[in-house]
Amino acid sequence: MNQIAFLPAREDVLSRRKIIIADLAELLPAECLVHEARELVPFETDAFISYRRVPLAVALPKTTAQVAAVMKYCHRYKIPVVPRGAGTSLSGGAIPQEDAVVLCLSKMSRILELDYPNRTAMVQAGVTNLSISETVGADGFFYAPDPSSQLACTIGGNIGMNSGGAHCLKYGVTTNNLLGVKMVLVDGTIIELGGKHLDAAGYDLLGLVCGSEGQLGIVTEATVRLIAKPEGARPVLFGFPSSEAAGACVADIIGSGIIPVAIEFMDKPAIEICEAFAKAGYPLDVEALLIVEVEGSDAEMDAMLKSIVEIAGRHSVQTVRECQSATEAALIWKGRKSAFGATGRIADYICMDGTVPLSKLSYVLNKTSEITDRFGLRVANVFHAGDGNMHPLILFNANDPEDAAKAEAAGNEILKLCVDAGGCLTGEHGVGIEKRDLMRHQYNDVDLNQQMAVRSAFDDGWILNPSKVFPLEGRPEGRQDA
Amino acid sequence: MLIPHSENDAAYVIRTAAANKKALILCGGQTRSPDVDPLADIEVVSSRGLSGIVTYDPAEMVMTARAGTPVAEIEATLAENRQMMAFEPMDHRGILKTSGEPTIGGVFAANISGPRRFVAGAARDSLLGIRFINGKGETVRAGGRVMKNVTGLDLVKLLAGSQGTLGFLTEVTFRVLPVPQTVETIVISGLNNDAATNAMAAAMAMPVEVSGAAHLPQTVRSKFIDGKLPEGEATVLRLEGLEASVGVRADKLEAVMQAFGPVTRLGMDDSLTLWRQIRDIHPYADGTEKPLWRVSVAPSAGHQLVAALRLEAGIDAFYDWQGGLVWMRMEADPEAELIRRYIRALGGGHATLVRASELVRQQTPAFEPLPEAVAALSARVKEKLDPWGIFAPGKMGF
Repeated sequence: MNQIAFLPAREDVLSRRKIIIADLAELLPAECLVHEARELVPFETDAFISYRRVPLAVALPKTTAQVAAVMKYCHRYKIPVVPRGAGTSLSGGAIPQEDAVVLCLSKMSRILELDYPNRTAMVQAGVTNLSISETVGADGFFYAPDPSSQLACTIGGNIGMNSGGAHCLKYGVTTNNLLGVKMVLVDGTIIELGGKHLDAAGYDLLGLVCGSEGQLGIVTEATVRLIAKPEGARPVLFGFPSSEAAGACVADIIGSGIIPVAIEFMDKPAIEICEAFAKAGYPLDVEALLIVEVEGSDAEMDAMLKSIVEIAGRHSVQTVRECQSATEAALIWKGRKSAFGATGRIADYICMDGTVPLSKLSYVLNKTSEITDRFGLRVANVFHAGDGNMHPLILFNANDPEDAAKAEAAGNEILKLCVDAGGCLTGEHGVGIEKRDLMRHQYNDVDLNQQMAVRSAFDDGWILNPSKVFPLEGRPEGRQDA
Repeated sequence: MLIPHSENDAAYVIRTAAANKKALILCGGQTRSPDVDPLADIEVVSSRGLSGIVTYDPAEMVMTARAGTPVAEIEATLAENRQMMAFEPMDHRGILKTSGEPTIGGVFAANISGPRRFVAGAARDSLLGIRFINGKGETVRAGGRVMKNVTGLDLVKLLAGSQGTLGFLTEVTFRVLPVPQTVETIVISGLNNDAATNAMAAAMAMPVEVSGAAHLPQTVRSKFIDGKLPEGEATVLRLEGLEASVGVRADKLEAVMQAFGPVTRLGMDDSLTLWRQIRDIHPYADGTEKPLWRVSVAPSAGHQLVAALRLEAGIDAFYDWQGGLVWMRMEADPEAELIRRYIRALGGGHATLVRASELVRQQTPAFEPLPEAVAALSARVKEKLDPWGIFAPGKMGF
């Protein structure tokens, strides 16, 4: 599958490769610069592994000042820069290009300050998502956004993609939990936005930067909000005879005024794949499964679960499994959390990420099956139902180019379906290169031109992550080949 | 005043102004901008002609409304379905002695949030999608109607709180939440500002989901709920949710808070009134034009700021958001530079002059001045939305 174009590599940059590397070596300690062919291999792609490009060099700065020096240099010579955290992007957000310097923040991985009275953590951008919660957990706090890749993915990458997770129904996504950043602008200027206080003085540039996929600057430090850990959390598992019944149940739970922390949905193929892998005891005689998690004190959880079980009863629920122990709860989640890994063991897959209004869940699920049937492909659905963020996994054989092309085409149709149903192309994975050429399906020229103009206010020469997010055609004049 | 009744008319008005390089002041119900100079050569455009709820499906917890829809209409419609705007937008009419109707577009254009903001997010966090007219007269759509959406640049956040300087909002789509079944307030009496800050931080570190944390010093305490709060300073903590759980959480919170001072409780009716009065800055709805500041700093810095300022100026203050939101009424001079210097010294934040006499307002930048590089960047951003600078030139100070 190699349908998606990258910007043509710039000859003037490629021809100066040795000079650029020598210049970067002046700006960075030796251990912070990678340019030998074999060392570049790990940086060729991210979790969107269908595409690979060898970068010109990789800078691994240890300080904001080093980031600024690299940016100032690349800006001066118009060298493309591709920011990178842990390289877990599912949309190709961190895939480099031949004429680009990869700016990888993984060496900036220190937690700088924990401030419990103000409930904030100040961290470097290369800190992993999970390490924050692990560090503050013993003191009764946690950091809420929890993308599936949280063991590996970095806060800098989370900010770049405005990452979500299973629990954002209650706690929101990255942008709702981010209080401030230190960032390096394209010309090397260092600015700070936000801090331990709430809301912005002036424009909400922090809100604009979050989710900008590394195109507005390089975030080097972040101040994030910590939340007191709930006393307890308890999932309940429901099996339904149809996706429609499960979808209607989700809408009813939300409509009843109860906000669970998570509502996860799996269809039959996903249940089978996960059960075979995780042995979580999922029912195999149902068409759809919901995991609904509530949290709070025992009294609160009892009350909420009672109402939720009653609601499920009105939707011809077949199986109800309430947890009696923490082990049982962990097992229920184990199946769900291993969904991507388990799927990867039986086939190659691409993971879609469209979001749809809750009322359209069943419709979109049915249409998704129709689309994949038409292409002769299998699909497994496992996603965050509470917020309508769907993750159809389209299974294919990567060794068969025709199969791969079919998977990509089916994926595109599914994403268009999500947009047409009133939703969007991507709920939490980002546009990257994967969905770039579908942007015009969601936005008209005026909408997209306005976004691109604002992008230009930060990076007039479009050197930051240039092949991503915006379709290559129709960019502001002179930015096609930047 | 121009009151377009359709998005097309609004676009026409703005295109015409752009063609003539004529400045425009954008507004909703004008409850926060009482004094547009009728003699100045600036046209005012109000969104109040663009009114009405467009779509609302309670099961989806999402509403779309035209920008000029009165907040009261939205709140009433939501209440019928036992839902609400979680960010509790305040009503400025009390402190500013204005009339008119707050509009939903105005709420988002100014990012107006109330006591629940520090746990449930600001107006901008609930805003999912917008339609607006930019300074070229083009109609732009940003965001959508789903909660999770990272498709492209988040212009929704940029427009939220841009105070009518980047675009004219015509339609907003926002997330709503269920109204809590019940509300209870824990009152700790007699704490000084320092002790109150510690008590609020301790409460927020507990797993009891406090959804309001304010400190009401002696000077303002009697102004709330008809003086029913007990004698002495009042530190108030709000708990909301299912009846079955609020009582349990209140017991836990009370047990810990007793170490700080005597604890009493307020039931649902008094709690609702109290938090509405905190939201609307009731003590300073005093009929005066004394300078009133809204300051956002780290929660631990709020009372330090006030203590430092007291040595040099006459001020009265109370605290919301665990101490991080300080409402300060100045006795005489606004002391803008002093306040802003201390805010920087205490780790940063921002101060907005919400009320002052016309003379003071002419001499004092209402919004926090930005560091040079951020101001330059902000000016470049504005130029991309409003290339001829027709929307409220100079309002944000860059």
